[in-house]
Amino acid sequence: MAEVDYRWPENHKMRWIGKRVDRLDGLEKSGGTAKYTYDVNLPNQLIVRGLGCPHAHCNVLAVDISEAEKVPGVVYIHRLNAPGPNDDPVEIRADGTLLVAVAAENEAAAAEGVSKVKVQYKLLDAFTADHDLQSAEANGRTKPAGGGIELDEALGEPGDDEDEEEWENKVMQHLFDTSAHVVEGEYGIDSITHCCLEPHGATVHWVDGKLKVYLSTQNVSQADDGFAGALEITADDVDVTCDYIGGGFGSKFQPNYWGIAAAEISKVTGRPVKFMLTRDQELKIAGNRPSGYIKVKLGADANGVVRVWDSLHWGTSGFNGSTVAVGNIPYVFRPKSFRRKATGIVTDNEPSVAWRAPNHPQACAITQTAYDDLAAKMGVDSLDIFLRNLENIDTPEKAPVYAEQLRIAADLINWRKHWHPHGKGKKSGAVVEGLGIGIHKWAGTANSSNCLLKIHADGGVESYCGTQDLGTGTRTVCAMVLAETFGLTLDEVKVNIGSSTYPFSGASGGSTTVGAVTESHRRAAQDALAKVLDLVAKKLDVSADILDAVGGKIVARDYSGKEMTWKQACSLIGIQPLEVNSSYARGTASPLSSENVAGCQMAHVAVDTETGQVKIKRMVAVQDMGLIINRKTAESQIYGAMIMSIAAALFEQRINDPKTGVFVNSELADYRLPRLGDIGNLVVHLHEPESERARGVIGLGEPPAISGCTAISNAVCNALGVRVPTIPLTPKRVLDALRTAKG
Amino acid sequence: MSQPTKGFSRRAFLRGSGVAAAASSVTSTQSASAAIVPVPIIAGETQVSLTVNGQKKTVTVEPRTTLLDTLRYQLNLTGAKPVSSDGSSGASTVLVDGKPVMASTTLTVAVSGKSISTCEGLKDGDIPKAFVSNDAQQCGFCTPGFVVAVKAFLNQHPDATEEQIRAGLNGNICRCGTYANVLQAVIALVKGNQNG
Repeated sequence: MAEVDYRWPENHKMRWIGKRVDRLDGLEKSGGTAKYTYDVNLPNQLIVRGLGCPHAHCNVLAVDISEAEKVPGVVYIHRLNAPGPNDDPVEIRADGTLLVAVAAENEAAAAEGVSKVKVQYKLLDAFTADHDLQSAEANGRTKPAGGGIELDEALGEPGDDEDEEEWENKVMQHLFDTSAHVVEGEYGIDSITHCCLEPHGATVHWVDGKLKVYLSTQNVSQADDGFAGALEITADDVDVTCDYIGGGFGSKFQPNYWGIAAAEISKVTGRPVKFMLTRDQELKIAGNRPSGYIKVKLGADANGVVRVWDSLHWGTSGFNGSTVAVGNIPYVFRPKSFRRKATGIVTDNEPSVAWRAPNHPQACAITQTAYDDLAAKMGVDSLDIFLRNLENIDTPEKAPVYAEQLRIAADLINWRKHWHPHGKGKKSGAVVEGLGIGIHKWAGTANSSNCLLKIHADGGVESYCGTQDLGTGTRTVCAMVLAETFGLTLDEVKVNIGSSTYPFSGASGGSTTVGAVTESHRRAAQDALAKVLDLVAKKLDVSADILDAVGGKIVARDYSGKEMTWKQACSLIGIQPLEVNSSYARGTASPLSSENVAGCQMAHVAVDTETGQVKIKRMVAVQDMGLIINRKTAESQIYGAMIMSIAAALFEQRINDPKTGVFVNSELADYRLPRLGDIGNLVVHLHEPESERARGVIGLGEPPAISGCTAISNAVCNALGVRVPTIPLTPKRVLDALRTAKG
Repeated sequence: MSQPTKGFSRRAFLRGSGVAAAASSVTSTQSASAAIVPVPIIAGETQVSLTVNGQKKTVTVEPRTTLLDTLRYQLNLTGAKPVSSDGSSGASTVLVDGKPVMASTTLTVAVSGKSISTCEGLKDGDIPKAFVSNDAQQCGFCTPGFVVAVKAFLNQHPDATEEQIRAGLNGNICRCGTYANVLQAVIALVKGNQNG
């Protein structure tokens, strides 16, 4: 058999790929029959609720569970972050940290048990003012978080007898002194939480010494390692299942300590255990995105091309004290000379975890706002400033792609008609409108993935892959690839995912899934098809090279009329099914997948200057993603990402009480998210010129979730002629900014 | 759990006029002698009869048992989801006698004798199909609540305009951001004059 040449079919031959296909598990989801981890109820199971610490920073001195044990229905109480009777105090660094877990016969009894646990605390100083660098320094809460300087090579080098830092300062000063326009500003973006609608948690039971776990996870194939390591068993003794996950966004890669506790409680009690976080706990301890605040000065030439950037940014990732990665500043735009420094702030919050496009939305929001302020200062169209500055970006080869995308987006939002100089728009009553832009980048590299493919003698096709569906439509894209390769319909192939007993596939994070699973499924399908075609070739007495799988048949291309149905072809396989294991290793150059995309978003907003309320009128996203597999779900990903951007731009923020550090808005009534009526008109344009499409599949989840926030902030600034410095742009912040501007 | 546990929680949980009407229509397995006149007390486990998706069901619950827990743990109807305890997410939306309520903030004893429709009862109708064809779901965890909310909305507004849809479906939160698709699904349903 000749070596298989892995590639996608030519465009005109594609029957499934690139089409609009309904997701295969759609009716299970919309009909309420899809079973998520929270929905799995095992016979005789215990329900566990955790007691969250009510203080941001304290020592837990003692825990009295005696009253809780008396609550009818309470079966067992487990210590998590709590001292035993003779133990030293346990220091708690984040509000919500689970202290004990109460296992009971039902939800209500578990909750009542939790309410009866008595805890002695010693309060310690809490600090959560992540926006306040001065205060953080005064409280000894800062940590260096990197930085550095790069200067235009044309500026030369320091002399042998010159102090390097002094020389750099001198050069930077000179660059600013000779700039035609200088902008100084402060910008910020608050911390937000993942707020998965299905809270983190697990349902577990032990069967013959093996741990069976239903876990709400983005990482089916590797979560077993997490359990095994913590429980001192081997990964082969852990099976993880996740058929459906109710939201992940980067926070569900690990079993987490409550998942491990579920396994421990199940072992002690000998009963299945379900341990899901409450809403309050989900927001407080199950994932948040670092904040970022920046003080920046930029200098531009007479055309508005930025030639020098100097910034200090800070923020928090919780008690480990990091901030937005310094390497992303300035974002996409990269003047020839720039200096940047970052300071992490140690707060009494749970450490951050990856959030959709880690670091990028914040970096974008604290960089491209300054570029927009340059346009405002010059009285020049922001679109022109963005276009002109494409001459200095960190991926110069993408400049024509961005330019084309900006042109398309501008047409779709009718930029030239609606744009006005910042603050000079027509007022309708108290309402002013404005336009804004953001541009972004993302890698989207395919993760490693393996696929076991079985073809049965009766024509049945089934794949097994240890991946998961975050809402991407994983099952559907796998099925489309199989159907495309074998010339079958979607209902003639069966895709099995969501179990750690299936071949390894990488975690779903960083827009790596569709690239990964289409790599492994296409490879497996091409490998298997080659074997089937060899059998058919012998039977039909033709060369396998001239056989195609199309329309449920294997057909010879030589006009001989020789063909057989897929079923007839598979009957040649024999009694045992044909099994193929095919793999893709991340980083392997492949014609099937690629990396690095560009995208831009524009927003058209209306701002009420009396109430401070911002409304989205229209948003446009133009996004490159290489080869599109399922056009319908790809568009949905972008719509969703735009809505997440609206959420972060206008609504959501973690609010800590300035004195106690307590996260005060950790219920959904208070942690504001947009609703259906808040989204305006959203327009998605899949940017797929042949140059991009020919690169193969590139992940899509993250990129459209990056620059929307910035586009909205810039649009509000364009409307008001005043920068609302910190995102989210709440009504109070809008009014404060207007008041400050008035003086 | 298929079987409720017996032998605990003998105390009164509900007092006051707000639950009096509900309390009067349930049959307590405990002695009624502890009742405080004129407001009855419900204590201990109680049998409640209700109609769920057209089928008569009798469940044994405590007074504090929410309708959501009853559906999910006793009737294996897990379409309604536990997302927020205060009902602010809309994920536990079900219909009680045709009206949308949050199962998470409704006590089972309060819906005794009533007719409950859950997402599962609507699964063969047009609404879930419209959600699929407009891809109005990503992770899908909020979707059943949304489907029920759309049913209730369209019952009231079968010819809703886009503006009415945007104004009338704000009780449900989707974190993945499917609102644009939900909007399209509901517009399609109105155009087809189908409300499931």
